Amino acid sequence: MSEKFDVIVVGAGPAGTACAYTCAKNGLKVLQIERGEYPGSKNVMGGVLYRKQTEEIIPEFWKEAPLERPIIEQRFWMMDKESTVSFGYKGLEWGVEPYNNFTVLRAHFDQWFAKKGVEEGVLLINETVVTECIVEDGKVIGVRTDRPDGEIFADVVVLADGVNSLLAKQLGFHNELKPDQVALTAMEVINLPKDKINDRFNLQENQGCTIEIFGDSTKGNLGTAFIYTNKESINIGVGTTLSSMIKAKMKPYELLDYLKNHPMVAPLLAGGESTEYLAHLIPEGGFRAVPKVAGNGVVVIGDAAQLVNAIHREGSNMAMASGKMAAEAVIHAKERNDYSETSLNSYREALYASSIMKDLEKYKDAAHLFESSPQYFKEYVPMMNQAMSKFFTVDGTPKKEKQKQIIKGFTSERGTFGVMKDLYRAWKAVK
Amino acid sequence: MHIVVCVKQVPDTKIIKINPKTNTLDRRSAPAILNPYDAHAVQEAVRLKSILGRGKISVLSMGPPQATEVIKKCIEIGADEGYLISDRAFAGADTLATSYALSKALEKIASVDPIDLVICGKHAIDGDTGQVGPGIARRLDIPPVTNVIEVSEVNSNDRTIVIKRKLSNGYELVQANMPCLLTVEKEINKIEYSPLSNMLKAARYKSHIWSVSDLGEVNITQLGLKGSPTVVGKMFTPPKLEGGKMLDGTSDEQVSQLMEVLLEQKELLNVK
Repeated sequence: MSEKFDVIVVGAGPAGTACAYTCAKNGLKVLQIERGEYPGSKNVMGGVLYRKQTEEIIPEFWKEAPLERPIIEQRFWMMDKESTVSFGYKGLEWGVEPYNNFTVLRAHFDQWFAKKGVEEGVLLINETVVTECIVEDGKVIGVRTDRPDGEIFADVVVLADGVNSLLAKQLGFHNELKPDQVALTAMEVINLPKDKINDRFNLQENQGCTIEIFGDSTKGNLGTAFIYTNKESINIGVGTTLSSMIKAKMKPYELLDYLKNHPMVAPLLAGGESTEYLAHLIPEGGFRAVPKVAGNGVVVIGDAAQLVNAIHREGSNMAMASGKMAAEAVIHAKERNDYSETSLNSYREALYASSIMKDLEKYKDAAHLFESSPQYFKEYVPMMNQAMSKFFTVDGTPKKEKQKQIIKGFTSERGTFGVMKDLYRAWKAVK
Repeated sequence: MHIVVCVKQVPDTKIIKINPKTNTLDRRSAPAILNPYDAHAVQEAVRLKSILGRGKISVLSMGPPQATEVIKKCIEIGADEGYLISDRAFAGADTLATSYALSKALEKIASVDPIDLVICGKHAIDGDTGQVGPGIARRLDIPPVTNVIEVSEVNSNDRTIVIKRKLSNGYELVQANMPCLLTVEKEINKIEYSPLSNMLKAARYKSHIWSVSDLGEVNITQLGLKGSPTVVGKMFTPPKLEGGKMLDGTSDEQVSQLMEVLLEQKELLNVK
């Protein structure tokens, strides 16, 4: 029988590394297995890293982590074909310690984060695919990899193998993903000189800005687009639920091309050089899609546990928090020398008591509502644009008259009752 | 049998950028990797060891401390030990100074465990000179055999080795006495998918790191920039080929189109 570890963590994204790091720091013998060439090589995320949950693992990480820019402005665009209604918040308090969040390039950040784990004693191996969990008497006792003589054993196996967790499926923890539970996101990294970025986004020095775009960015389908500023590049991406993409017969790269050439977006990117193209599935099933997260000798964390808050585009923070909570449960399990489901369920309890699950629960109906009621993206966004255009165009019509026309515009499309109903349902879904 | 493989950490030239002003490689623009030819050199050592059923494989590299990463990669492939010589005194070395430093390290390794075979990659992909291997052989006074595409026989009893070399117009079978030094082509073998135990060993492996003072008697003036007479005269990026015409259609159609072009434009064939 080959070597045995306390913990095997499958995956070296934010969830896996947060878990491996915490376990190793507490003296556990940890093996972390990553399928990519290096941690981060397979990971895709728009690129916003939240300070809070990262700091809880590595205090003052911003002093040494490879971050791009602290985000001081968050903009939201309700975009139509040739117009956009925008709002946002810019605050200089986000530009100084302790910051709110940062843009990051995942390939750099994940490598650094994993290295911190290795410094704490995590044994990290790359380019190795875990093909299945080894189950004996209803208990996970190790993993089988695709390498020759590739079996290895542990008291606990942590599944941090990403959105389409084949391992969690193998154990019957979750079913095949449904097309309306995942978003397919395509993104590009576009190089631009620092000065150009600062001019175009009205930033100084290393300040960062994010733009979330709704409406025509997805041709009215359920989803969003984003533009984030890095030091000397811009991340631009767009994603919609797989089901809307199938329904609309769209291809993710076509949608991204459409966005890049959109008259509201193109000037921001002009002259840039595209350096990376990435596409990935993002779990957006929300609260109801979260699978069983603890079993005998096994826990599931991060994207593998579908922990993404699509409404607030939060994922990496939830991944890290879940990794840390799982690690704490594993550490306690070791103290008791009990790795049963009952013992590891302390992770599940901690998770459900945390803000992560509370947030997911709050929005549990939102995605479904927006998916089944296309009018929110397809009709209201253009209506908003028409309303603003009307209101701000000076053409001799009195403002009061304009307001009347605007309201009439809304209600004639969906009827007074329809508008009220839509507003109420949307409010209920996100309240 | 003790086989030592010399390896180099190089920037991945598939993606590296060239500074348009200085025409030098922008090393920050590409990740550092194990020189691909050297990976095949290590793999060949692993293959020979497994055929012979015994032996030891050491790898040797010169470079900054982070070059231990490529030594770990060699351990993954199946090397047993790894040595890095790393010192400011080695900085700026050309192929002459590099082969001197490496030969000194090889002498030190051999003083503990005599070396039967040294294997190098054909050349490093960042410099493409192919001089360090033969340079080491010359200094150790052992025969160099370059452009090796197959090790056909190893006779540990009479200490000879039979090797197939690639030539521009065919190949050559050579018998050499051991110890000798081989520089290998990529077609010599296929990099195997390493067993999990190698991965674990590599992840834990701490290379031996030697500075100049660890190498014993060394002539400092032959090291680093001081020991490097090479002067770079000029560097330029080869101009991209322009024009040309793509032929399409089935292969028969392409051949007849090509014949037409060649018959029409005889200067292409250099026919006067």
